[in-house]
Amino acid sequence: MLRLPRFTYHRPTSAAEAVKIAADHGPASQYVAGGTDLYPNMKRRVQTPTEVIALSGCADLVGVSGSAAEGITVGAMTTLTSLEKDPALQAAHPALVHAASVISTPLLRNMGTIGGNLLLDTRCNYYDQSHEWRESISFCMKCSGDTCWVAPSSPRCWAVQSSDTVPLLCAVGAEVSLIGPEGERRIPVADLYQDDGIAFTTKKPGELLTHLHLPAVDGTWRASYRKLRRRDTFDFPVLGIGAWLRFDGDVCTAAEIRIGGAGSYAIPATKTAELLIGEKLVAGDAAAEERITAAAQEAFKPTRAMDNTDHFASWRKKMAPVFVARALRDCLG
Amino acid sequence: MTAPKVLGGFVVNGERHQTAFQPHRTLLEVLREDLDLTGTKHGCELGECGACTVLVDGTPVLSCLVLALEAQGKDVTTIEGLADGPDLHPLQDFFAELGASQCGYCSAGFMLAAKKLLEDNPDPTRDEIRRALSGNICRCTGYIKIFEAVELAARRLRGEDATPSREALHGQ
Ligand SMILES: Cc1cc2nc3c(=O)[nH]c(=O)nc-3n(C[C@H](O)[C@H](O)[C@H](O)COP(=O)(O)OP(=O)(O)OC[C@H]3O[C@@H](n4cnc5c(N)ncnc54)[C@H](O)[C@@H]3O)c2cc1C
Ligand code: SF4
Ligand code: FES
Ligand code: FES
Repeated sequence: MLRLPRFTYHRPTSAAEAVKIAADHGPASQYVAGGTDLYPNMKRRVQTPTEVIALSGCADLVGVSGSAAEGITVGAMTTLTSLEKDPALQAAHPALVHAASVISTPLLRNMGTIGGNLLLDTRCNYYDQSHEWRESISFCMKCSGDTCWVAPSSPRCWAVQSSDTVPLLCAVGAEVSLIGPEGERRIPVADLYQDDGIAFTTKKPGELLTHLHLPAVDGTWRASYRKLRRRDTFDFPVLGIGAWLRFDGDVCTAAEIRIGGAGSYAIPATKTAELLIGEKLVAGDAAAEERITAAAQEAFKPTRAMDNTDHFASWRKKMAPVFVARALRDCLG
Repeated sequence: MTAPKVLGGFVVNGERHQTAFQPHRTLLEVLREDLDLTGTKHGCELGECGACTVLVDGTPVLSCLVLALEAQGKDVTTIEGLADGPDLHPLQDFFAELGASQCGYCSAGFMLAAKKLLEDNPDPTRDEIRRALSGNICRCTGYIKIFEAVELAARRLRGEDATPSREALHGQ
């Protein structure tokens, strides 16, 4: 059996109590939501907290509230299944519901939460392995060693941003609330991450993610998420494109495209966005189609696929413009 | 470090159990090793196969990634609880009759996930069945027999004729 290492288990009943327990125990502690990322990592011994703080008893972290027009708020402990089935979210945020519905499997979505998905560990073929496997080639930089096996001359880790909701939530400008020993803050989802496979989040020690805030729906913007993976279930994205376009009539007035599964954070396709702003983009129109294809081509360069996931890196990079174009077409009226 | 044991109470297949276990033990481990309910299988133990599926308060979850502690006070259903006394559940009948269970390692997980599907949706399409069972892997059957068994079980549960076709039983 692949067993969990031993730990002390805490089960606070509110977010404030959870933060206090984390502060008391410092770096030896870790929060657990659904456990679908943390427990496999603990079984592989890449994460080994000795104090596990379960958030399942914190009723203040569950549920969907607010309105589409003013902005919907989702509690961090809301499961992906509840998010997917929520009628208000289905009506207001179909792209997010779609992104959640292509995560892992129905059984894992019954357990996994949106908070856990936002803070999913970065992934790598050399890291998501058993202790024995990793030991046999000697440990890599992300866990106890000092070499990166993907890029041995590299001074940094290139583990991959692999959450399906993150590229989309960055693109649409969603925000998150965090509470920690130093108080509360609310930041754009995009600012929760940085370009480093190890220190991939800007979350401070002991900070708890409490809520996700979705932008108001006012009919001026549309968004889409497109995922590439080998099997239509189970698999993490090896490319996950979040796209968001704002329109004034037929003219695109703002754009944000994020490339997930191809770097340590959801990479902005800045040039692609620039080429779309100010352009008339109508579904089925030949000129719009040409503009989208040309703009999507600019997503090739920033895509930093490495050979540390499923599928060849060179092919994933080639697929980036294809998937960006598909996501952009989804956003046309 | 030896973490002290905690006393956990849950209802498994309608029977109340009190047992002491350490906090890091999964529901899968406690079911199989402490309660001797070995019908729940262990495959990957990492969430990648579905062999360990059980129902917790009616929802299918992976017992390899749920702490036994988290199931405290909850209602757990394992494959041992699917039959009604001597009467097999229609899913069990048709898995057996059609050969939807070959080595049998995946069957408990498939049937529990299917039980929940049929409760929520008594007349699912083939595509809805595929989606609901897309967290369970079978290396033997090729899935078609499993989908057919679920369809026949659904028919019987709806009170309709559920005679398997010749093709489903014997192939073409
Ligand atoms: C086989 C398999 C396939 C998968 N496929 C996918 C996939 O395709 N796409 C995808 O995106 N994910 C996938 N996952 C990963 C995972 O199931 C999901 O990302 C899930 O949403 C994680 O949520 P969780 O609640 O289980 O997180 P947990 O495992 O509980 O936590 C994950 C991390 O976040 C931290 N954390 C959790 N909640 C909070 C909080 N509120 N505040 C602060 N820190 C917190 C934990 O400490 C931990 O570090 C897969 C997992 C498995 C096992
Ligand atoms: S990218 Fe390199 S350092 Fe990072 S997890 Fe993979 S092998 Fe380890
Ligand atoms: S043993 Fe639990 S999913 Fe494979
Ligand atoms: S019957 Fe053997 S794995 Fe499914």
